[in-house]
Amino acid sequence: MFKDMTLGQYYPIDSPIHRLDARSKFVGTVIYIVSVFMVNNYIGYLIAIAALLTFIAISRVPIKFMVKGMKSIVVLMIFAGLFNLFLVQGEVVWSWWILSITKEGIDTAIKMVLRLALLIMGSSIMTLTTTPTSLTDGLESLFKPLNVIKIPVHEIAMMMTIALRFIPILTEEMDKIMKAQMARGVDFEAKGLIKKAKSMIPLLVPLFISAFRRANDLAMAMEARCYRGGKGRTKMKPLKYHWNDAVAFLIMCGYLALCIIFGRGVLE
Amino acid sequence: MSLILDHVSYSYDVGTSYKQEALKDINIVIPDGQFVGLIGHTGSGKSTLIQLLNGLLKPTSGNIYYNGQDINDSDYDRKTLRSKVGLVFQYPEHQLFEENVFKDVCFGPKNLGLDEKEVNLRAYDALEKVKLSHDYFYQSPFDLSGGQKRRVAIAGILAMKPEVFILDEPTAGLDPKGSEEILTLIKNLQKDTGMTVILVSHNMEDVASYVDRILVMNKGELKMDGSPKDVFKKTEELSNMGLRAPEVTYIVRELRKKGFPVDDSAITVSEAKETILNALYHKILNE
Ligand SMILES: Nc1ncnc2c1ncn2[C@@H]1O[C@H](COP(=O)(O)OP(=O)(O)O)[C@@H](O)[C@H]1O
Ligand SMILES: [Mg+2]
Repeated sequence: MFKDMTLGQYYPIDSPIHRLDARSKFVGTVIYIVSVFMVNNYIGYLIAIAALLTFIAISRVPIKFMVKGMKSIVVLMIFAGLFNLFLVQGEVVWSWWILSITKEGIDTAIKMVLRLALLIMGSSIMTLTTTPTSLTDGLESLFKPLNVIKIPVHEIAMMMTIALRFIPILTEEMDKIMKAQMARGVDFEAKGLIKKAKSMIPLLVPLFISAFRRANDLAMAMEARCYRGGKGRTKMKPLKYHWNDAVAFLIMCGYLALCIIFGRGVLE
Repeated sequence: MSLILDHVSYSYDVGTSYKQEALKDINIVIPDGQFVGLIGHTGSGKSTLIQLLNGLLKPTSGNIYYNGQDINDSDYDRKTLRSKVGLVFQYPEHQLFEENVFKDVCFGPKNLGLDEKEVNLRAYDALEKVKLSHDYFYQSPFDLSGGQKRRVAIAGILAMKPEVFILDEPTAGLDPKGSEEILTLIKNLQKDTGMTVILVSHNMEDVASYVDRILVMNKGELKMDGSPKDVFKKTEELSNMGLRAPEVTYIVRELRKKGFPVDDSAITVSEAKETILNALYHKILNE
């Protein structure tokens, strides 16, 4: 049952990072991303890697979960690496036929791959340690100033929360519908595009009907509890900024300063 | 020719931290033509068990044989199995999708690759069997009442001409009259066609007067297997599993305890009525 309450990424344990306010984690992640884009020498990358490893250790999330997140971009990383390796002009160190590798090419390729890996792993720390609901709460609070230019921040956040909450419900529903139709002889492994698309109809129709019915019920239940949008609404679990959030923020600022002082400068 | 479960266990989400043992070492033999009631508290594993029977789930360990063949052998034809072992799920909303009732019932037989004439014949026949009025044949299945939707769902599986017919809580959410209609219908189908029926329910009253045999599940284990009379005698054990024998069994037993000479093995209202009247008659004669 617990599985149904959380979505995809979140790794439910207790750690100093889990306990941080979602806003701190979001700001921290932004700072980290900025730092990764700013550093341009190897000392800088070393600092960023060391910081990442420290954060992972503090979060107590097994490192294999971070690596899992990288699977989806492995192809991108390989391409980025290879393109840079072969296409960057400069001092040639190895060549064969029309291919040649330059010193500058090696340098950019390594940095490019490192940068991608750090970005993905850095941001996955946030998604692994924050529940989707507190993340949207945090975002709502951070973007509240946009209300001034008439962006309905609360409504957007509410829509995100509901959507996130419904993903596991609809996944479960989909599983049941699929089984019910398989019991009626549908072959979901059918080959051929048209056949495949056709076998989706008995799946999608009940799923959509169920989704609309649930949306309707939810709207009714919200109305019954006098939901009137974000104005004057209080929270059951208000976000609280604690001393540890301040500490985390200072640490991130210190880290950024380090990156700026030591992490920038030309090669050698 | 029968359905055999041999040391069958099943766990959900094997290999994750959410692993859940839903069935533990189940052994059952169901001969042809039997009407079996599968009973247990919510979460006891009833739905899991029946999904194993038509190959929607594969046992984590153990084997299931249908007509002498292991249904999980790699060369076993599971698509045919699903037409032979028909399964009606709990919520008709999960399977109805066509624009009208008749088309929806045609869906199953069509998937079996039958020609159009045969498909239409079977659909018509199935809808007749579930006694759905002709007025509804060309209506959208979504506009029907709960009881009618359930009939259409049942017809959808019947049209595939199953040899074993499994229904998961077919009376859930129906009023008493609707429940009785559906159960009577299933009983008649079983009598007329001679097919094996497995009826899943958490309601004892439902099954008492209809089934030949009761299987009681609790927390993934098969706890009892016997005739309704035998099972309902064990009121103590049943109540430990959060179940209750039909109300009349308590009444006749109480009467007997108070010295009224009734037969306390009565399990249905009509049986109870008969034995009470009988006892009264003898009492009057004796006085
Ligand atoms: N798709 C699923 N994934 C994980 N666990 C499940 C799933 N379906 C059922 N279970 C679990 O298996 C157990 C048996 O469930 P089920 O067979 O549905 O019981 P019943 O039909 O008797 O109410 C329950 O503990 C339930 O939580
Ligand atoms: Mg069930």
